[in-house]
Amino acid sequence: MNNNYEPRIEPRPNIERVLDKSFYWMAKAFAFAIAGILIWITIQVALKAMPAIQKFGLGFLSTSSWNPVNSQYGVWPAIYGTLVSSLIALAISVPIGIGVAIFLSEDYLPPAVQRIIVFLVELLAAVPSVVYGLWGIFVLIPFLKGFTPLRGPGMLPAALILSVMILPTIAAIGRDAIINVDQGMRQAAVGLGATRWEAILQIILPAASSGIIGGIMLALGRALGETMAVTMLIGNSNKVDTSVFAPSNTVSSLLANQFAEASGLQVAALMYAALILFAITLVVNVLAQLLVTRLQKI
Amino acid sequence: MSIKTVKESDFDVVNLKRNPTSPRTLFGLIMSGIAGLFTLMAIIPLFIILTYLLTKGISSLSASVFTELPPPPLVEGGGFGNAILGTVIMVGIGALISVPIGVMAAIYLSEFNEGKAADLIRFATNVLSGVPSIIVGVFAYSAVVLTTKTYSAWAGGFALAILMLPIIVRTTDESLKLVPQDVRQASVGIGANPYQTILQVVLPAALPAIITGVTLSIARAAGETAPLLFTALFTQYWPNFDNMLAEPTASLAVLVYNFAIVPFKNQQDLAWGAAFILVLLVLITSVLSRLATAKRTY
Repeated sequence: MNNNYEPRIEPRPNIERVLDKSFYWMAKAFAFAIAGILIWITIQVALKAMPAIQKFGLGFLSTSSWNPVNSQYGVWPAIYGTLVSSLIALAISVPIGIGVAIFLSEDYLPPAVQRIIVFLVELLAAVPSVVYGLWGIFVLIPFLKGFTPLRGPGMLPAALILSVMILPTIAAIGRDAIINVDQGMRQAAVGLGATRWEAILQIILPAASSGIIGGIMLALGRALGETMAVTMLIGNSNKVDTSVFAPSNTVSSLLANQFAEASGLQVAALMYAALILFAITLVVNVLAQLLVTRLQKI
Repeated sequence: MSIKTVKESDFDVVNLKRNPTSPRTLFGLIMSGIAGLFTLMAIIPLFIILTYLLTKGISSLSASVFTELPPPPLVEGGGFGNAILGTVIMVGIGALISVPIGVMAAIYLSEFNEGKAADLIRFATNVLSGVPSIIVGVFAYSAVVLTTKTYSAWAGGFALAILMLPIIVRTTDESLKLVPQDVRQASVGIGANPYQTILQVVLPAALPAIITGVTLSIARAAGETAPLLFTALFTQYWPNFDNMLAEPTASLAVLVYNFAIVPFKNQQDLAWGAAFILVLLVLITSVLSRLATAKRTY
C-alpha cells in the first residue's frame, strides 16, 4: 500500500537560498558602508584641501595670518585656541566628572534617586550645542562680565560652556568603569581594613583607570571638535592671546564662520584646517576607543 | 608547627570601633562631601538652563510663531514656521537614508556576528560617532553642495544622516542582542530561513527598542547646527518643493544661531522660542526612551 503520509524532506527552493544569500550580503555591504563613510570623508576632505596643502605645506600649522586679500593662510591661532579651550575645559570637568562618577557608583543615595541623577547628567549631554551657545551669550557672558575683566565673548566663557558639555561623557563612562570593577576587589580591600575612600582611591580607581582615561579622551575629542557653542562665545579673533579674557578662535569656529562665504584658495585652506581637526580628533577617538574597549573585555 | 589560638587579649578591641575623630574617618567624610558637592555642581547648569528656556522660551511662543515666516529686524510678530518645516524635511531625509543602512548594519553585527569583521565595524561606528559635526558639514559641502552646485535640503539631510547613523547602529545592535537566543532557535527549529528568522521574529521583538533609538537620533539631529551651516544654509522663505528642495532651507537650529548673534530683540526672542522647542524635543524623547526600554517583549 502506498503511504500518502510519508514525510518528504525537500531541498530548499533556489529562490529562498538566493534570498538568504542576498539578505546576508546586503547586511554586510551596509555594515562595511559605515567604515566606507569614514574613508570617504578622509579622501573627500583631503582632495579638496590639496591646493592648500601644496601651497602652504606644514608651515600652515605655524603661520598666524589669515588673510584672504593676499591669500596668506595659517591656522596657528585656531589650533592654539582649540587646544587651550579644550584643556581648560578638561581641567574643570575631569575632577568634577570623576567626583560625580564616584558619588553615583557608591551607595550614598537610594537606587531610585541615583537613577534620576544619572538621567539628569545624561540629559546635559543631549541639550543641543546651539542652545548652550544661546544661553552663554545672554546669561553666562553678562554674568562673568560682572566680576572679571571680560569685556565680551572670549576664551573663558567658551571654555566654561565646553566643560559643562563634556562633563556628562566623563561622568557616565567613568561611572560605568567603576561599576564594572570586580566587587571582590572592594570586599578584599574593606576586609583588610580599608575605609571607603581608601578602597576607592587605592583599589577601585586604579582598577577602573583605563575606562576613566578612555572617557576623558572621548570628552577631549568632543571638546576639540565642538563648534556651535564655542563659535558663539569665543569671539572669533584670529590672534594668539594668552589671556583667558581675550577673544580667541578655534579650528571649528574658523570653519563655521568663514566657510559659507569662502571661495577659491580660501575654501582649500579651510578644508586643510578641517583635515587637521579631523586628524587630531580621529587620533584622540581611536585611542579612547581602544581604552574603553579594553575596559569592556575585563 | 603549632596552631596559635587567637585570644581577645592579643589585640586591642577598642581599635575595632569606628573612631569619629581619626584622620582616616575625617578624610573619608571630607571626600564624600566633595563628591556630593561636585554632583550638585554638575546638575545645577541643567536646571539653570532649563529655567531660562522655560521663562524666556514660553513667553515668546504663540500660535502665529508656528505658521509665520521669520520677521525682518525690528518688526513685531512673525515666527519660524519655515524653520520647523525645514527641520522636519531634513531630519526626515536623514532618517530615510540612515535608518535602513543603520538597521541592516546592526543586523549584520548582531545576527551574522563574524568576529573580526564585526569588531572592525563596531570600532568604525564608534569612531564615526566621534567625528566632529562640523567636519561632517565640511564633507557634505564638498560631496553634495559642490557636486550639485547648490545649497539644498538634500545636502543638509545627507549630513544629518551621517550623524544619525552611529546612534542608530549602536541602539539597534544593543536591542537585537537583548532578544534571547531561544527565540532564534525556536524560529529555526520550526523551519525558518535565516532571513525569515531575522525579519519576522527577531526584528519585531526588538522593534520598540529600535524605534526608541531612531527617535533619539532624530531628536539629536534636530538640534544639530554645524552640519547645516553650509549645506542647507538658511532662508527667510518657505522650503520650495517646486524646485525639488534644491535651495537653501531654513532650520530651527540655524535660526537659533542666526538670531542669537543679532542685536534685535524680536529675533532674539524667536531664538529663545526655537531653542525651547529643540530642548523640549530632546527632553520628551529622552524620557520616552527611558520608559520604552524599561519594557521588553521577551
